[in-house]
Amino acid sequence: MNTIPTFASMDPEAGLKKALGLSRPDIIAEISASGLKGRGGAGFPTAVKWNFAASAKADRKYIICNADEGEPGTFKDRVILQDHADLVFEGMTIAAKAVGAKEGILFLRGEYTYLRPHLEAVLAKRREKKLLGKDVLGANLEFDIRIFMGAGAYICGEETALIECLEGFRGEPRNRPPFPVNTGFLDRPSVVNNVETLAWAACILQQGADWFKSKGTEKSTGIKIFSISGDCKCPGVYEFPMGITVAELLSKVGGENARAVQIGGASGQCIPASEFSRSIAFEDIPTGGSVIVFGPHRDMLDVLHNFLEFFVDESCGQCTPCRLGNRKLLEGVEMLKAGTCSMAYLRELCALGESMQLSSKCGLGQSSPCAFLSVVKNFRDELMGRTTSLTHA
Amino acid sequence: MTLTIDGQEVKVPLGTTILDAARKIGAHIPTLCHHPDLCVAGVCRVCSVEVEGMRTLQAACAFPVSAPIKVKTHTEKVRLARRHIVDLLLSDHYGECYACRRNNNCELQSLAKEHGVDFFRFGHPEKPAHAIDTSSYSVVRDLNKCVLCRRCVRTCIDLQEVGTIEVVGRSDHSHIKPFLDKPLGGVVCINCGQCINRCPTGALHAQDHTDEVWAAIDDPKKHVVIQTAPSPRAAIGESFGLPAGTPLTFELNTALRRAGFDRVFDTNFTADLTILEEGTELLLRLKKALLLREPAAFPQFTSCSPGWVKYLEHFYPEYIPNLSTAKSPQQMFGAVLKTYYAEKHGIDPKDIVTVALMPCSAKKFECNRPEMADSGFKDVDYGLTTRELAKMIRESGINLPDMPKSDFDNPFGTATGSGVIFGATGGVMEAALRTVIELVCGIKVEDLFEHANIKPVRGFEGVRYVELPITAVGPVPDVLKHLFPHWNFLKGATLKVAVAHGTANAKKVMEDIKKGGQFSKCHFIEFMGCPGGCIGGGGQPIPTSPEIRAARAAAIYAEDAAYEIRKSHENPDVALIYKEFLTDGPCGHQSHELLHTHYTPRGKYID
Repeated sequence: MNTIPTFASMDPEAGLKKALGLSRPDIIAEISASGLKGRGGAGFPTAVKWNFAASAKADRKYIICNADEGEPGTFKDRVILQDHADLVFEGMTIAAKAVGAKEGILFLRGEYTYLRPHLEAVLAKRREKKLLGKDVLGANLEFDIRIFMGAGAYICGEETALIECLEGFRGEPRNRPPFPVNTGFLDRPSVVNNVETLAWAACILQQGADWFKSKGTEKSTGIKIFSISGDCKCPGVYEFPMGITVAELLSKVGGENARAVQIGGASGQCIPASEFSRSIAFEDIPTGGSVIVFGPHRDMLDVLHNFLEFFVDESCGQCTPCRLGNRKLLEGVEMLKAGTCSMAYLRELCALGESMQLSSKCGLGQSSPCAFLSVVKNFRDELMGRTTSLTHA
Repeated sequence: MTLTIDGQEVKVPLGTTILDAARKIGAHIPTLCHHPDLCVAGVCRVCSVEVEGMRTLQAACAFPVSAPIKVKTHTEKVRLARRHIVDLLLSDHYGECYACRRNNNCELQSLAKEHGVDFFRFGHPEKPAHAIDTSSYSVVRDLNKCVLCRRCVRTCIDLQEVGTIEVVGRSDHSHIKPFLDKPLGGVVCINCGQCINRCPTGALHAQDHTDEVWAAIDDPKKHVVIQTAPSPRAAIGESFGLPAGTPLTFELNTALRRAGFDRVFDTNFTADLTILEEGTELLLRLKKALLLREPAAFPQFTSCSPGWVKYLEHFYPEYIPNLSTAKSPQQMFGAVLKTYYAEKHGIDPKDIVTVALMPCSAKKFECNRPEMADSGFKDVDYGLTTRELAKMIRESGINLPDMPKSDFDNPFGTATGSGVIFGATGGVMEAALRTVIELVCGIKVEDLFEHANIKPVRGFEGVRYVELPITAVGPVPDVLKHLFPHWNFLKGATLKVAVAHGTANAKKVMEDIKKGGQFSKCHFIEFMGCPGGCIGGGGQPIPTSPEIRAARAAAIYAEDAAYEIRKSHENPDVALIYKEFLTDGPCGHQSHELLHTHYTPRGKYID
C-alpha cells in the first residue's frame, strides 16, 4: 500500500488559501501551536526555523525542500512526492509566504530522477492554476519552485552540504554558525525543510493546529510517516502517531519476533527486544521515519558491518573524526568477526565512537557511531564471546 | 562581547572566533587546519573545545562568538577527542619523523608530542599508499604524509586564485589532486610554492638539489659560485632559531665559503643591472609612444618573479608583449658569470657551477627553462631555496648566527640599497623609480622623497597605485645618449605606476586592465607572484604569517637604509660591466643577447 491516508484526505489547495489570508506571524503562530518538528530526523521545531528566516533581513530568501532522501531504510519521501507532491509544494508556498521568499528549490535525490517528469508536471499544473507564479491566487505573493537534481551523495542530505551542492560546489557541510536561516543559499536566509515536514505544514494550515496536536505525544505532536523494511511480513510506508511503542509498531507490520530494530536509519539507534516497550518520539527514540527490522537469524555484526561500510563510503572526508574514525570502526567490526579484536581495543573503539559523536563537523560523523555503540551496549554478551584475550597489537 | 574561557573573562568584538579570543588571553588551543593567511576551514577538529550548553564540541577556529558563552579548552572530553583525532591522523600518515624533511618543523609531530602520543593507538601504515609526484621542477607532492587539512587547497584557490589542486573523492579516499590526477609538472601550476609554506607536514616540499650542489663542491675541477638574494638573507636566521627579521647577510658569506663555495656574490648586482635594463626598456617604450607616436605595449610588467611570469603565460598569454624582456636578476647573474666573469678570470665556463640562493621554488623552474642558456651553457645550474641552504649549512656543522661577518666577492662586490629592496613587494618599483627619476629629471630622489624612501609604493596592501608628475627633465646621461636624444617627450607627462603582490591581486589588476580600467592607463606595474613579494616566497623558512613577512620586510628596508649607495645606476660595478663588457649599453645588442629573454604563451590547455 502506497498512498498515505491522511495526506490523501486533504484538499490540496485549502491550506494555501487559508495561509494567504493570514499574516506572516499568524502562519508561524499556527505552525508553532501545532508543535510540528522537523520530520527529517533532527526534530528542530519548524516554527522556530521559519521565524528565524522570517526575521532575518535580506534582499532575497529561499525555501528549500530537502528531498535527498538517502538514509538507508528510508523511502517515505519518495512515496509522498509520488502521490502527494501538491501538498509538499503547497507547504513550500506557505513557508514562502511566512518567511517572505520568492524562490523555492526542490533538491531531489539523484536516484529519484524518474520522479522528475511527474513533479515538473505537478509544478506546471500549479502554475496554470496560479498556485505558483508572479501573483499566487491574486494574493500579492510571488513564488515559484524549481527542481535541482542531487548527484547521489548521502552527505547532501545535510542541509549545509545541500546548499553547497546547490551553489555548484563539492557537497560538504559548512561550519555552523552561521545557520542557513541567516546565511544559507547564496548567503541568503534559507529554510531547508524535509519533504514530509512541508506536507504536514500544509495539512496544519488546512486542519488547524489542534487537529495536528490531537495525535502524538505532548513533546512529539502529530502523525509520522514511517518507512518500514527488513524482517517483517508487511514492509512499506505507514503512518503512525508519534509516541507509538516499538512493540506496537512491530505488531502492525508483522515483525513481532524481531530480535532488534534499527530506528532512524544507519545513523540511528539499534534497539534490542528488551527495550521494545520504548516509544518512538523525539523524547525517547527520535527518528526520521526509518525502521529496519532484524529477525532472530540476523548476526548483529553483519548489520553493523553493512552500516559502517555505508558510512565509510558516504563520509565527505572533510573532517578527521568522520573520515578516519568510521574506517577504524569498520576495521574493528571486521576484527570482531575474525575473532582478532581484544576487549581493550573494543573499549578504545567505543571511546573513539564517543569522540566522533562529539567532535565531528556535522550530523553524519556525529551519528555514524551510534549503531556501533548501541550494538556494543545492547548485544554485549554476544560480542564478548567474539573478542580475544590477546591485547591488540 | 564578553565570554569566559577556562574561567577567565575576555572581551572581544562580536564575531571573533573562540580561537582568537583564547589567543588574546594566552590560552593555548591546538590547531592544524587553521592558518593566519587562509580562510577558516574547521576540518581537522583538533581545536575542539567545550561550549557550555552545547551537546557537541565546537571547533574554536570556526566558532564566532555572538553570545556570552562559557568555553572550556581542556576538559576530559576535549582532551580525549583531540588525542583521538591525532591518533587517527597518525593512523593514516606514512613515514617516520626522523626520515622526514620536516623533522622538528612539523605541526603533526608537535601535536603528537603535545597530546602525549606514545604508541599508534589505531595503527600506522606499513607501506606507502601513493607514489611521490616529482614531476614538477619546483614542488614535490607526497600524499602519504598528507593530513587533508586543505591548507594547500585554500592557498592555491583562495589566496593565490590559481586553482591547481582540489580535493577529489570522498571519505578516506579523498585526496588532494591536480586536475584529472595528472602529475603536477603537467598542469597549470605556477610553481610559487605557497602551498609548501603552508603545509603542516612533509606532504609538500620543494625539489631538493643539495646533493648535486654538494657533488659540485666536492669536485675539485668545478668552480662553484653562489649568488645570494636579499630575501633568504633576511629569513635564514629563522632556520637557526633566530626571530624573523634578523638579517644574516654577511655571516652567510662566511658560512658559504666555509661550506665550500669558491665565490659568494650578491644578487643585488644583477638586481641593479635589471633596473638599468628594465628601466631603459620602459623609457624606450615611452619614447616609442610619446616621441615616435608608434604603438607600444603598456603597461610594462616586471618580469623578475618567475611565479608571476608563468601565471601570466597561463592565464593572460595575450599580455606577453607587456612583460619586460629583461631576465630576472638570478638569470642575468648566471649569464654574466659564465661569460663576463669566466672571461675576466680565465675560467672555462664549462667548469663553472652557478648556484643561486633564492627565497623561491619557482626559480627552480625558471633556471630550467630551455631558453635560459644564452651563455652557451645552462646559465644557472641550481636554484636553492632558503630551506635547502639552511640544511647544507647545518650539515657543515656551522651555526650560522655565530659566523664572523665577511664581504661579497669581487667583481660584483658593490651592492646598492635598491637591489636589496627587490625582496619586498614594491621594492622593484621603488628601485626603478629611484633610477628613472634621477636619470630623467636630473634631480635627486631625495628632493622628492625623504631619504629616497618612496613610501607610497611600500607596504602590504594588495594593490597600490601611484602617480608621479614629471614637471622638469634634465640632460640625458652618457650611458643612454645613444638611445635618447633628449627627454622633452616626457616633460609634463605623469608617470603612472602600480604594484601588486600575490597572484590573486595580480588577477584583480589584470582583469581591470582587460576592462580598460584604471590600471590599463599605467605605464609600469610591478607584479610579484607571492604574497609580500620575495620575502614571502615559496622557498622561505616555514612557518609564514603576515607578522613574519612584515618582520622580514623591515629587515630588508633597514638594510637598504644602511647602504652608502642606494640607487642602481650609481653602482660602480654596474657601470664597469657596461664599460668593459656590455659596451653598447643598456638594451643594446649584447645585453639583448645575454640579459633579455622571451616567453611562452601557455594558456590553460594541458595535455
